[in-house]
Amino acid sequence: MTTRLEKPIFEHSVPGRGAEDQWPRDPGPGATDDLPAALRRRGRPLLPEVGELEAVRHFTRLSQLNFSIDTHFYPLGSCTMKYNPKACNSLAMLPEFLARHPLAPESVGQGFLACMHELQEMLKAVTGMQAVALSPMAGAQGEFAGVAMIRAYHRARGDLERNEIIVPEAAHGTNPATATMCGCVVREVPVNADGDVDTHALKAAVGPKTAGIMLTNPSTLGVFERRIEEVARTVHAAGGLLYYDGANLNAILGKVRPGDMGFDVIHVNLHKTFSTPHGGGGPGAGPVGVSARLAPFLPVPVVGRRGERYCLLTERDLPQSIGRLSGYMGNAGVLLRAYIYMRMLGREGMAKVSEHATLNANYLLARLRSAGFDAAYPGRRASHEFIITLRRQAKELGVTAMDFAKRLLDHGMHAPTTYFPLLVPECFLIEPTETESKAALDAFVAAMTEILAEAAKEPERVTGAPHTMPVRRLDDVRAAKHLDLTWKPTAAHATPATS
Amino acid sequence: MSNVPSDLKYTRTHEWLRTLPDGTVEVGITDHAQHALGDLVFAEVPESGRKLAAGEPFAVVESVKAASDVYSPIAGEVTAGNPALASEPEAINSDAYGKGWLMRLRPAAGAPSTPFLTAAEYEKLIAAEGG
Amino acid sequence: MAFIPHTREDVQAMLAAIGVDGIERLFDEIPANLRLPSLAGVPEAATEMEIGRLMAERARLDGRPLCFIGAGAYEHHIPAAVWAVATRGEFYSAYTPYQAEASQGTLQLLYEYQTMMASLTGLEVSNASLYDGASAMGEACLMAVRANRKSRSQRILVPTTVHPHYRATARAVAGNQGLVFEDVPYCTEEGCIPAGALDRYDGQDITALVIQQPNFFGRLEDVDALCDWAHARNILVVAVVNPTSLALLKPPGQWGARGADIAVGEGQPLGVPLSSGGPYFGFMTARMEHVRQMPGRIVGRTMDAAGRAGFTLTLQAREQHIRRAKATSNICTNQGLLVTAATIYLSLMGPAGLERVAAASHARTRELVAALTRLPGVRRLFRGPVFHEEAIALDRPVAPVLEKLAARGILGGLDLAEHHPELGCALLVCATETKTSADIERYASALAECLREARAA
Repeated sequence: MTTRLEKPIFEHSVPGRGAEDQWPRDPGPGATDDLPAALRRRGRPLLPEVGELEAVRHFTRLSQLNFSIDTHFYPLGSCTMKYNPKACNSLAMLPEFLARHPLAPESVGQGFLACMHELQEMLKAVTGMQAVALSPMAGAQGEFAGVAMIRAYHRARGDLERNEIIVPEAAHGTNPATATMCGCVVREVPVNADGDVDTHALKAAVGPKTAGIMLTNPSTLGVFERRIEEVARTVHAAGGLLYYDGANLNAILGKVRPGDMGFDVIHVNLHKTFSTPHGGGGPGAGPVGVSARLAPFLPVPVVGRRGERYCLLTERDLPQSIGRLSGYMGNAGVLLRAYIYMRMLGREGMAKVSEHATLNANYLLARLRSAGFDAAYPGRRASHEFIITLRRQAKELGVTAMDFAKRLLDHGMHAPTTYFPLLVPECFLIEPTETESKAALDAFVAAMTEILAEAAKEPERVTGAPHTMPVRRLDDVRAAKHLDLTWKPTAAHATPATS
Repeated sequence: MSNVPSDLKYTRTHEWLRTLPDGTVEVGITDHAQHALGDLVFAEVPESGRKLAAGEPFAVVESVKAASDVYSPIAGEVTAGNPALASEPEAINSDAYGKGWLMRLRPAAGAPSTPFLTAAEYEKLIAAEGG
Repeated sequence: MAFIPHTREDVQAMLAAIGVDGIERLFDEIPANLRLPSLAGVPEAATEMEIGRLMAERARLDGRPLCFIGAGAYEHHIPAAVWAVATRGEFYSAYTPYQAEASQGTLQLLYEYQTMMASLTGLEVSNASLYDGASAMGEACLMAVRANRKSRSQRILVPTTVHPHYRATARAVAGNQGLVFEDVPYCTEEGCIPAGALDRYDGQDITALVIQQPNFFGRLEDVDALCDWAHARNILVVAVVNPTSLALLKPPGQWGARGADIAVGEGQPLGVPLSSGGPYFGFMTARMEHVRQMPGRIVGRTMDAAGRAGFTLTLQAREQHIRRAKATSNICTNQGLLVTAATIYLSLMGPAGLERVAAASHARTRELVAALTRLPGVRRLFRGPVFHEEAIALDRPVAPVLEKLAARGILGGLDLAEHHPELGCALLVCATETKTSADIERYASALAECLREARAA
């Protein structure tokens, strides 16, 4: 990692400079003479004018300002920051896969479609669902599809009253946001002191307006929802359906299947459980799996098979589909990466993943507790993640979870998830994943122990952290009040005429 | 310990009301609320002429960590939104009951309102919430 | 296996520290009746070598035909540097930049991207991406409803010259929130929205008008007239545009007297391979006055505690993780890696290079259409200007002709029968700068042969 900052690339621009080896040959003066003058652009866009080496150097240096899984321990709870195998990338980027146009005929693409179909089948097997659609482009879009399907199912039965979606108060923000996007109303139910959904409150909340409930299991609190079967019975008895947020599938992969727990529809986060790259914010993929009664509503296209031929099924084949969620078939390249990863895991590997993810989490929890940290749910096993609360330290030492997080950066480790779930004050949600070694976990414990000691002796070192990163703490208030969202040339910069 | 002026009325959703000499009602958010939000970066206030129902959201106040709706305690017609907040949203932090007012409205005659709290009742409410 | 580094000794030591005698005990909170004995339906594990062979075989099976299909996804030359740098581990395996001090690389890149996209579209502010162009159009319509205070109808006018998949996606994504999408018919002779097509909406409460430029047929719409018509009636304008075209064509910010209010589109042409339709990225830009209604992440420049300039996510209060049920959208993960690639691509191209790509693509399409329409039974479908894509008519059904071409290793274009049967035997063709005159000659000869065979049959 470097701490040298880079100027914005526009400040490197010199008019007339460019990576000309990459440009096509000049088509000549008459090439665009048929474009009407009234529709032509006036002025040039503000794009960098740099040579190829300058561009490569600039972006390579920028990359060196980042933490990443390839370079740092990254125990972000609910994100599953496991190793992204390089083969998943290189094989997904074979030239023939990259070159295929989305609207190419199915006869040209049987190799690719075979991978997609097999991915659907593996996802069915791993989740215990009857049918799978691959097109949602992220977990949030998968959630949208799921809730939209629930709504479509009720409307198809003539039940137009059901528009309430129940969400535990500890749920990820995408859950209630999704319910609103589907035209539903959110009803929150509390979680009890052990981390399970309050089943009494749930029974009071369900009724003829209940469309469904959105749950993660293990929950966002890092614990298994022990009364899941009772929850399922309660919601089903009231006429609602169960939606499974697959964010925490890594904890139970190969051990338990959402379909067996009673869920009617699920989404899987391929960029979490199945190791497709996080890429600085995406792309992800959120395929959905459903029970038989929701299968007619799946978003299109779905990969089908007619005899020996693979094909794409569209609205013609699925007339009750909730429709298409993307221009083509979703994040195909991400799906390919997940396929390759799942093939490398295989049957035996799936269970090993959840076993070692759970082992790592429980080990880390035990060692952190020994080191003096408080577990949010001390009576519970960790799933693949767990929460510690720094509320005591905040009160006694004036050092918050945010301060700990920033000081961890100085130790060369990315902080765990902070301040989520909202229920637990001053919390760290920690998910090591199965690809981290015992040595990496021990190093994390050592760092946390050191910071705790520092918080007692020299708290300003912690509250003023980070000290060794390329920048110190950033002024969020200023960023929101004085919006500076695009670079603007000043008189000092030689600029081309901008539009 | 939050500032809770005794001459104002309050709501359970942390708004305050002040009746002005001309009969209009001035509304803002309490000191407790601004403290919970943190440094405010933006406030969106209603245009004059807008008609509001009791309990209807009429403004949004935004800090770095939260964006909250503000609810009208009474039905009526907006006579003014505070124009100063466009450039100085932090007035809500520094002077929640004075320069940080959000809107003024003319109450609709005989219209229902949400239940009001006295200063003492509001203090009890925020103490119970851990404020 | 499974990239798990633990030795047996590690496991023993860890179990001891936890205080259990076996890993299975860690699952004891899970009801026994839910536990799976094994995973039927998942094949045995494959080594990297084995899966490498399988993927190579499947890729070989699919091959690389010569592609003349556009229809929203365009084959352009992607410099090797783009993905060599974008797949560096520090970009590829980084997370969303929530901890700003550990993510200045990603954040600065996004700031540079926002700058480029805002300028390219002639507007003032950009977000850090949405999933793709189609879903971005849906999000733009939702944004227009939030932003247009003068309208309550939530009616969105969508010309039928907008890409059919975009129209379907916008309905699926935004239809559940009370938006009403209304099709505006096009002129089948001109291939675009005729003057006067909007007259019937005069005096009605409409929230937004969507305008795609170039439209699905590659035809150029009269964006100035359409934009002015909308603004005169307090209707917001949502522009759907091809980013490469903006090097030559008037960007949305320059449409009509006031410019469009929101611009979206598919970013794939900017350094992203076709790869069967994804991952791509949707871009969204807008006028500054609408910035708080914009979905998705936005990066801002600010100062750090030592007075240095730095970058951070801003305006997060609108997003799902804070605003929850009242968020502008539920979007969380976006398309960060693709934006990384596009930013590097735009930096290598610069304004002159992008203009070259646009001009060369346009020239190739002209050459292609000229070569094809020289053949008997093939003619241009619409008069009027197009950009780098065009609809042609054949004198017989298109599907069998495309099959014959495919058998010769050529993907001739998109059959318009499915989405526009009113046009008869119509084919949408596109040639970009990646096609040579020899490629075009090969297509023309093959088509001549296929048509001859079909006539003889």
